[in-house]
Amino acid sequence: MSNTGAAHAASHDHGHHDKTGTVIFGFWIFLMSDLIAFSLMIANYADAEWHGIANGPSPHELFSLGLPTIETMALLISTFTFGICTLGMKYGASMKRTVGWLVLTLALGAIFLGIELYEFHEFWTEGNTPQVSGFLTAYYSLVGLHGLHVTSGIIWGILLMVQMKTFGMNDLIKSRLVRLGLFWHMLDIVWIALFTKVYLMGVL
Amino acid sequence: MSILGSLDWNDIFIVPFFTEPSLSTGIAAGAGGVVVLGALAVMVLLTVKGWWKPLWSNWITTLDHKKIGVIYIVLALIMLIRGVLEAVVMRAQQVSPAPGFLSVEHHAELFSTHGTIMIFFVAMPFLTGVINVVMPLQIGARDMEFPFMNAVSLWLSIGGAALVMASLVVGHFETGGWTAYPPYTGIKLSPNEGVDYWIWSLGLTSVGSTLSGINFLVTIYKQRAPGMKLFDMSIFAWATLCTAILMIFAMMPLTVASLMLALDRQAGFHFFTATQGGNMMNFANMFWLFGHPEVYILILPAFGVFSEVIPTFSGKKIYGYTSLVWATIAIAVLSFTVWVHHFFTMGQTANLNAIFGIATMTIGVPTGVKVFNWMLTMWRGKLRFSTAMLFSTGFIFTFVIGGITGVMLANPTIDFATHNSLFLVAHFHNMLIPGLLFGMFAAVNFWFPLCFGFRLDEKWGRRSFWLWMIGFYGAFMPLYAIGLMGAPRRMAFFTEPAYFPWLVIAMLGALCVLAGLIAQVIQIWVSVKNRESLMVPAGDPWDGRGIEWSLGCPVPEYDFTTIPAMTSREPWVDAKEAGKRIMDPTEFVDIHLPKPTGMPFLVGLVATLFAFAMIFQMWLIAAVGFVAMWVLVLIRSYDTDWEETITAEELREGYEAHKRLVETTPQIRLDDEFTTKNRGLIMETQV
Ligand code: HEM
Ligand SMILES: [Cu+2]
Repeated sequence: MSNTGAAHAASHDHGHHDKTGTVIFGFWIFLMSDLIAFSLMIANYADAEWHGIANGPSPHELFSLGLPTIETMALLISTFTFGICTLGMKYGASMKRTVGWLVLTLALGAIFLGIELYEFHEFWTEGNTPQVSGFLTAYYSLVGLHGLHVTSGIIWGILLMVQMKTFGMNDLIKSRLVRLGLFWHMLDIVWIALFTKVYLMGVL
Repeated sequence: MSILGSLDWNDIFIVPFFTEPSLSTGIAAGAGGVVVLGALAVMVLLTVKGWWKPLWSNWITTLDHKKIGVIYIVLALIMLIRGVLEAVVMRAQQVSPAPGFLSVEHHAELFSTHGTIMIFFVAMPFLTGVINVVMPLQIGARDMEFPFMNAVSLWLSIGGAALVMASLVVGHFETGGWTAYPPYTGIKLSPNEGVDYWIWSLGLTSVGSTLSGINFLVTIYKQRAPGMKLFDMSIFAWATLCTAILMIFAMMPLTVASLMLALDRQAGFHFFTATQGGNMMNFANMFWLFGHPEVYILILPAFGVFSEVIPTFSGKKIYGYTSLVWATIAIAVLSFTVWVHHFFTMGQTANLNAIFGIATMTIGVPTGVKVFNWMLTMWRGKLRFSTAMLFSTGFIFTFVIGGITGVMLANPTIDFATHNSLFLVAHFHNMLIPGLLFGMFAAVNFWFPLCFGFRLDEKWGRRSFWLWMIGFYGAFMPLYAIGLMGAPRRMAFFTEPAYFPWLVIAMLGALCVLAGLIAQVIQIWVSVKNRESLMVPAGDPWDGRGIEWSLGCPVPEYDFTTIPAMTSREPWVDAKEAGKRIMDPTEFVDIHLPKPTGMPFLVGLVATLFAFAMIFQMWLIAAVGFVAMWVLVLIRSYDTDWEETITAEELREGYEAHKRLVETTPQIRLDDEFTTKNRGLIMETQV
């Protein structure tokens, strides 16, 4: 889902006015509809965290703050490095530097993802699978949906680097990079909401 | 598990008829047979006539917004035929002696497919198609902002419709109504693939609709002719803008809810299973967070159509433009605040119900404003009752009745008595048939020449209108009555003798609607046959007002030779009043149009295979399909040569040719509008 808008939108800029601006505008709108999905999942989680415990653990029993905090730091820093990447591009940094910052960003994203998967694995082996309760279902789905987004962001980034090689830094590639950036920053903002709702408030 | 997942012989449409022969399984087998034979017949026809190639190069690969619109409308009409036939079978079922000739299951499948089809595969493609054809022409754009994505949306919708058709041939559709509430649709109570058909066919179209919404919105924001302010746009374009916003925000809750249901069913999750901490009410809330805005997605474009048709055939400009726009915006905003009225009876507090009841009634206000706008537009106008105008006036009259019953239902205390009754069924058909179908029929009759260059036959058009109008009253007024007498909806049969006479009237009404539909098919047939005498090459056959009528009919691929100068809200009317028969050109420049490509079709095809595999749990095939879909998108992202150029010179020639045509077309009187004298561009100055 996540890069549908991007890939299509990119694939046919045409005609008149400021096409890059238009495609980015379209992508913004797409992100807003994506945000609706996250909001619904959060609302669902907020319900399940109270009423959906069934015979499973409560958030309080399940979560600790250690790993999620490291995870969060990784993602926050990656947003910063992506910012440097796109800013640099804007002010004419070399391709090598742009790619370098992008690689760093994606690597941080991968660390984030790794920690998340590790945690899923831990919970899972303790027998706390999504099939146990409404709460666990909601937890895995909400955090997992975000994780899927990060995964597709990483794949998108890698494919984009390949395209940078073939096409060079033309307007199209720049516009795609900016869109990936928007996507990435949105995931960061969503994560802050998730971290607060799921882990911070869960542990309290 | 085999690679073919849960698919087995019993899923093939004729097998149940042989294992358990009955009228019910016979009808099912017959319906499947019609689909298969219909598909075969089309293929034979295409082969015999040698039409495969033109079909591929002119239609399937097109990125032209007008053609994409036409394909959407054709899809809607095909599905409408199925939907109406199903309705007639349901009506026949309820008048035959209990328990009727259909099994209870089969009847449930019928109202589920009927509802699902009418909403998602008739209404949605219909309005999306009309918007595609008309909106860019009204704002002076050459295409949608994202033509490739536009075609992808189209093929995703067709894929969804194809799956619903496939459910007649392979396996079954679900039996839980178009709303598919769990727990009934959970894996325990609905173990077969029916619910999965619902989930994945809706999944495809709702992604398509979200993308369409984005496309419409960006097109309106970014592609308006220079000088056209938002408050210079036609009302139809305004309706499109509001619809687009609703699509962007409202489709997602449906997608989320249905994917959650899929996870519950296939992965043992507990979103909605009450015993393990799930909460079914979350489904109801999400479904109607989509569902209520959805009804305004359905109705706003039709409102837009009426706001174009009524001024044209009244010979006056629309009354109260600004109030109409604000009413449209108000409806769009309010539509997100009323969803709870779909489940007043589900146990929330009386205060909450009161709030949502009041919010619901509030929507009546802007809607009422619109009705007065239309009536005051007609007031003292010189009315000409074309088919489009008949549908519009029929709408106003009928829709008001539906509105009144809606305000009744908005009152929670009344709703407690009428919830899930046929009174409700009468109410929403009373909104949707005039407020959606009549609007779309008016649109087709009105704008048809833009796409094909000739008018539709008026005689058969008028007949179809009267049949639909009378049929509607016959089919649904009785349901108000028996609904109040206590008849619940979704019943396979009734044993209460007092209902019987009403059900017979409803049956006759449904037949009358069917006759109306047949009249429409005849109308198209007759018009195509007589197209020579119905041609309006000079354009503007009804003394229209929007800038789309400043173009010749059919409209050339590039739409405008030069982008029109927007000097006022209705520059075409100004030009005609100044005695001109063609708008002055602005600047001729080279333009780029997207090249045709088969890629959107392939994306749709692969997505449909993916969805089909998900329905029958063929996980391997599904995975391959999913990856293939993205590979196609990736391949497309390498394609940088997607445009072809039309030179300023060609455009100038197009303009000159149109000018010559216009100058040699004789002027006729407005009274001759519906005769063969009308070759376009009637020039009677109006008051
Ligand atoms: C053309 C004439 C039509 C007839 C004769 C007709 C008839 C019916 C009947 C008999 C039912 C089942 C009522 C029950 O629950 O007992 C029904 C349900 C329904 N119809 Fe129609 N219908 C027509 C057109 C439409 C249109 C145009 C739409 C929407 C655009 C529509 C949407 C629905 C929906 C959503 C349901 C509810 C299905 C459910 O219970 O889940 N119908 N209709
Ligand atoms: Cu509603």
